[in-house]
Amino acid sequence: MATKAKQQESRVPVAKTYKIYIDGKFPRTESGRYFTLEGGKGRVIANVCRGSRKDFRNATVAARKAQAGWAGNNAYLRGQILYRIAEMLEGRREQFIAELKLQGVTQRAAQQEVDTSIDRLIYFAGWADKYQQVFSAVNPVASSHFNFSVLEPTGVVSIIAPDESGLLGLVSNVAPTIVGGNSCVVLASESMPLSAVSFAEVLHASDVPAGVVNIITGLRSELTEHFASHMDVNAIVFCDGARKTAKTVQELAADNIKRVIARADIDWSRESSQHPYLIRDTQEVKTTWHPVGS
Amino acid sequence: MAIPENKLAFEGGWKYSPAPESTDHIKVQKKYELFIGGDFVKPESGKYFDTINPATEERLSRVALANDADVDKAVKAARKAYNGPWSRMKPAERGKYIYRIARIIQERAREFAAIESLDGGKPIREARDVDIPLAAAHFFYYAGWADKLEYAFPGRSVRPMGVAGQIIPWNFPLLMASWKVAPALACGNTVVLKPAETTPLTALKLAEVVADAGLPEGVVNIVTGAGDTGSSIVSHPGVDKIAFTGSTEVGRIIQKTLAGSSKKYTLELGGKAANIIFADAAIDEAVEGIVNGIFFNQGHVCCAGSRLFVQESVAEQVIRKLKDRMETLIVGDPLDKNTDVGAINSKAQLAKIESYLEIGEQEGGEMHQSSCPVPDKGYWCRPTIFTGVSQSNRVVQEEIFGPVLAIQTFRTFDEAVSKANNTPYGLSGGVWTDKGAKIFKMTQSVRAGVIWANTFNKFDPTSPFGGYKESGVGREGGLHGLDAYLRLEA
Repeated sequence: MATKAKQQESRVPVAKTYKIYIDGKFPRTESGRYFTLEGGKGRVIANVCRGSRKDFRNATVAARKAQAGWAGNNAYLRGQILYRIAEMLEGRREQFIAELKLQGVTQRAAQQEVDTSIDRLIYFAGWADKYQQVFSAVNPVASSHFNFSVLEPTGVVSIIAPDESGLLGLVSNVAPTIVGGNSCVVLASESMPLSAVSFAEVLHASDVPAGVVNIITGLRSELTEHFASHMDVNAIVFCDGARKTAKTVQELAADNIKRVIARADIDWSRESSQHPYLIRDTQEVKTTWHPVGS
Repeated sequence: MAIPENKLAFEGGWKYSPAPESTDHIKVQKKYELFIGGDFVKPESGKYFDTINPATEERLSRVALANDADVDKAVKAARKAYNGPWSRMKPAERGKYIYRIARIIQERAREFAAIESLDGGKPIREARDVDIPLAAAHFFYYAGWADKLEYAFPGRSVRPMGVAGQIIPWNFPLLMASWKVAPALACGNTVVLKPAETTPLTALKLAEVVADAGLPEGVVNIVTGAGDTGSSIVSHPGVDKIAFTGSTEVGRIIQKTLAGSSKKYTLELGGKAANIIFADAAIDEAVEGIVNGIFFNQGHVCCAGSRLFVQESVAEQVIRKLKDRMETLIVGDPLDKNTDVGAINSKAQLAKIESYLEIGEQEGGEMHQSSCPVPDKGYWCRPTIFTGVSQSNRVVQEEIFGPVLAIQTFRTFDEAVSKANNTPYGLSGGVWTDKGAKIFKMTQSVRAGVIWANTFNKFDPTSPFGGYKESGVGREGGLHGLDAYLRLEA
């Protein structure tokens, strides 16, 4: 028995390399840089990719390329793909709990965060073929025209995910963005980046087309301004309470009249933090006129 | 046997006798003060500026110039009215005040139309049939929303923003004022409105209407001035929401100025709309649509169909018919009911348009203008088209805001879409075809907020309006237009 136990102890676990997710692939950052994620007592948990401006630009190209095709899928299919993401996450529930604990979250809180993340994906999956009916309109114009307004995705959305909620914060912002047909480039939580990378693996296994969601890890101080200023990004979802950064984001976003959606100080664990207005935030209203006659 | 094509005959045919709208029934004062806190008050600045008739270059009136202190006074008056009667009033009662405004505008419609035409240069026919009736309709539409707001946003409760600062352009002066003021009031806000410096008169007449309707003092404040006055509204800390219609250039500055503040904003900015004509379109109707798209209101329209894309097989025919139709357009006295194209709004705008005509020719475009006579005095531009231009030409890429059309051709559906979307703008678009399936595919493919299919330049208070991309943020009109003036809460 003793020998067997010894043998088991000597099994060396295979550590995971945490990479970024661009265009359906898992490259290392092109910059070759990293930052260290430390656990208790300064123990190194992972060397995380310190993504660069170039990574972000590459991701944006991929997102733009993927967007029209993704939006062109019917709502039923988009809903099923979101549902599939939830299925994949459920299957890897234990892994995500363990990873959150590794990043300093308690067992109970980690369990709750993963469960809520799964449920949130189901919640938005269900909205895929319904939000349009809630937010659209047939407009009774006074002339002889048929006139209707529908929602269409804004396009490419950059997301500065919440720092304090590594998985749930990410899911709560990505799901409403993509369910509406947008593609996105996400800057993961800087202090808890591991769940984002593992979530990319879940996305990868869920029939989400390459480029629809791109996830970059790195330093907010370095990357936020690029997320805000890129001229081929249509909207920025910005989850950071710092006033000074918010001002910078707004200023840079103005260069191409980007839509700025500020979502600071939201407790993502609450049920009231999920609603279809999060989908609407990254939608445009399109109104179409046609004469009525014979 | 080839069927002979019908052609318009303009030589030796009808001659139009002058049919001027009379102006003896309108009242324009020699001087206008600022409308603040329910009274017309002298400006702290002590300064006034001229507003002129662009068709005669004669002064119509002198108008007060609001400076920072004046804007501050107006914002304080609006805040007082908001904290006081307006936010405490029953929504249904609020609505009744707005209905009154609509009714008074209808009663005084002829006067408003004539003044709009005099001050801005637009043909009386357009002011009479489009601007003023639509302005009244906007007030009437939004009045009814005042006590129904909780039905507009399911799952949310709504609250007004507070004081709205609103800055409007000179192309549809009263109509833009109504687009801004009506929803703001219906949602329970008070407003500080700044009309454009070249067209302040109908906004000041609206102040009279507001007073006559008995609105509590300070609910609507109207301050006149140019860019500095606007910027003073934008940066005033007492303003909770900014609504701006104007150029993308200024919109960008406003968005930057508002950075870091908690002010909500909507921006209706520039455009360079594609008007796409397929070979299977009803060609004569399409030609009417092209004319309406670019020559309506002298092309001073943010959603003007200023880029024409014609399928190659019918390009020659469409351009020939368009040139024929352009010859029939009467350019001249805006007050004449026969006039199709009025005066360019200002000397500065005319200079801008003329500089683009030069640029267009320098870049190799072939310019064609109608041959009609134009008056000696005033600011005029004949209907103009450019052919032989390509995507990179400045007259194709940049907003000219005048009666200038850039024409290109395409072969396939995909080519039309990619050319149409090759612009930073995304305000509007047009598509002409008799095939239903093609209409829907095209209206889904063009990245713009308003798409007119087999029609163009139609507006209605119930119909949301606003741009994609660099054409702006937010919508005005319809249920969707309420959002800009409300806080939505769980």
